[in-house]
This record gives sequence, structure tokens and C-alpha cells, in this order.
Amino acid sequence: MHELSLSRAVVTTVEKHAAGRRVAVVRLRIGRMRQVVPDTLGFYFDFAARDTVCDGARLEMELVAVQLRCTACDHSWAIEVPSFRCPACSSSRAEVTAGNEFDVESIEVEEDACIGQR
Amino acid sequence: MHRTKVTIVEEALDANNTIAQANRADFDRAGVTVVNFMSAPGAGKTTLLERVVADLPGVRAGVLEGDVQGSLDADRLAAKHVPVTQLNTDSGFGGECHLDANMVRSALPQLPLDDIDLLVVENVGNLVCPAEFRIGEDARVMVSAVTEGEDKPLKYPLMFRTCDLVLVNKIDLLPHLDYDLDRFLHHLDHVHPDVERMLVSARTGEGVDAWRDWLVRVAGRERALA
Repeated sequence: MHELSLSRAVVTTVEKHAAGRRVAVVRLRIGRMRQVVPDTLGFYFDFAARDTVCDGARLEMELVAVQLRCTACDHSWAIEVPSFRCPACSSSRAEVTAGNEFDVESIEVEEDACIGQR
Repeated sequence: MHRTKVTIVEEALDANNTIAQANRADFDRAGVTVVNFMSAPGAGKTTLLERVVADLPGVRAGVLEGDVQGSLDADRLAAKHVPVTQLNTDSGFGGECHLDANMVRSALPQLPLDDIDLLVVENVGNLVCPAEFRIGEDARVMVSAVTEGEDKPLKYPLMFRTCDLVLVNKIDLLPHLDYDLDRFLHHLDHVHPDVERMLVSARTGEGVDAWRDWLVRVAGRERALA
């Protein structure tokens, strides 16, 4: 459900960097912590992109696994299920080192060929 | 025509976070502590507020009430003679399922910030979207009712991980349910170890004093920092 708002946030971010140029590809990095459903985000993105420079752009999504680090014993580990207690020392002081991302990584824009070329 | 790659690497919610910081600066300047109050629909947010909001020793509270539609909750709280501001999210395209920083910003002119010490923002009932959007709050509180089942921390880890206090509500119903409280607390401990939690019943008032004390403490702590 949050995918609608998130897709609009993506379009806003891209618009800022596209500087009026038509956008062909939008690449996102999405951490598993964000609970984004890729198909749903793609569906809403097509809506949010209408009448903007992103209209018709292809959305590419890279999903990032959740990585934790224990600040008590420095142990690092990956999780598949949401369990944030350190398996090495059972401390509660785990920090998320990857998996929180919701980043626009890059875009591809269409530009006119350089003036002066034959 | 040719294509150019533009590297961006920018959090897509930066725009929201920037507005949230502006909100927070305005709240800090007015000396108001802000609590973002979240839960699934029907978990008991409004009733838990009704219980305490007019009776916080030394703290003048106000409520910003977020709903997709209507003012039923705001009316209930206004009856407690505290300032309540309604914020409906159904403008624009479709009813929003959460409050974001910009919606709260738009409500700022209506908020009596000079007359309150604590603003409780009752978010739209939803365990997914509100967790994503900072609004300029100092603290986040969520309600998880025992009627929702023990597995909720595992299903909504972002919500459970980003809050500072978990109110486990409707504990008066425990004798009638198959709900395993220890199992819930075990899941909670995995998802957000050491998070503060309180067992409460908005209906009977059990545990409500601790909830009231928490709000008074948080309001005082922020004031001490100001």
C-alpha cells in the first residue's frame, strides 16, 4: 500500500535530477527492511510517472539483503527473518548495516546528439 | 538521440525527511514534544488517548488527529476539552494511508503550539506505511492489541523496530483468547530487543497509569533538553 507514496517519491527525486530530459530507465536499490513489493511498486510507478519526464520509463529494482552488525562484539551477520538479537553474544545492540535503503541509484536520460556533429 | 547515465544515489524519501526536520525545528522552538502514535485500525489508539490526555500532571496536551475521512475520533477527544486538530488525508489522489511530513506541515498554522507542551499525532490506522514517513516527531509509540495475534512483530518489523514504546492493549480479553502473550513478547524481543513495553487495557484502565507517566516523562525530558 505504501508503494503508491513511494513511487511518487521516486518520481519527485528523478525529476530533480533529470532537468527536463526524458527518462528512459530508473534504477533503485531497495533494502528488504523496507517491505516493498516490487511488482506493486512497478505498477504504481507507471501511474505516478504519467505526464512527467518519467512517463514510460523502465523501472529496475535491486533488492538488498539485511545485514546486521553487533556493536557489542562486532559480529556481522545476515538475516532472512526479522531477528535482531546477536547470535554470538545475545546483545540487543544490533545495527543495520545494509537493508534499509530506498535509493534512486541512477537514471538514464535521453539527450539530443551534440550540436556540431555531422 | 543518445542516452546518458546519471548517477544519483539519493534516498527517495529525502524530500519527506527534510520537511520532517523543518517540522521538528518548529516544534522545538515552541517547546512542544511530539509523539507519533500508530497502530493497526481498531487497536485502541483513540481510547488510550481518551484515558489520559486531559489528565497529564503539569503537561498541557493537544492532539493532531489523522484520518482518511471524517472527524469521529477528533470529536471523541474534543469532548475531553483538549485542543484537537483534524487532518483528513483524502484530498489529492485517493485517501492516503498514513500522514507524511508535508501533511503535518500544512496543519501547523492550525495547531495551538503556544498553548501546549505535548502534541500527540494520532496517525492513520496502518502497520506498514506510517513506519516509513517521519513527521518531525520526538518519539514513536505503537499499540498492538492482543486481538491481532502474536505474530505481528514478525510481519511488520519496520513498525515494531522504529518505535520507542509498545503498548500491548486489550489485555482484559486475554482469558477469552488463544493469544500467547509470552510468544508475542518473545517475537518482540527478536524484532526490537529491549524496547520499552507496557501491558494495558484501555477498557478497564489497567496499566494506564504507566502510559500516562510515560507521556509526562517524555514531555519533561524534551523540555529539559530545550
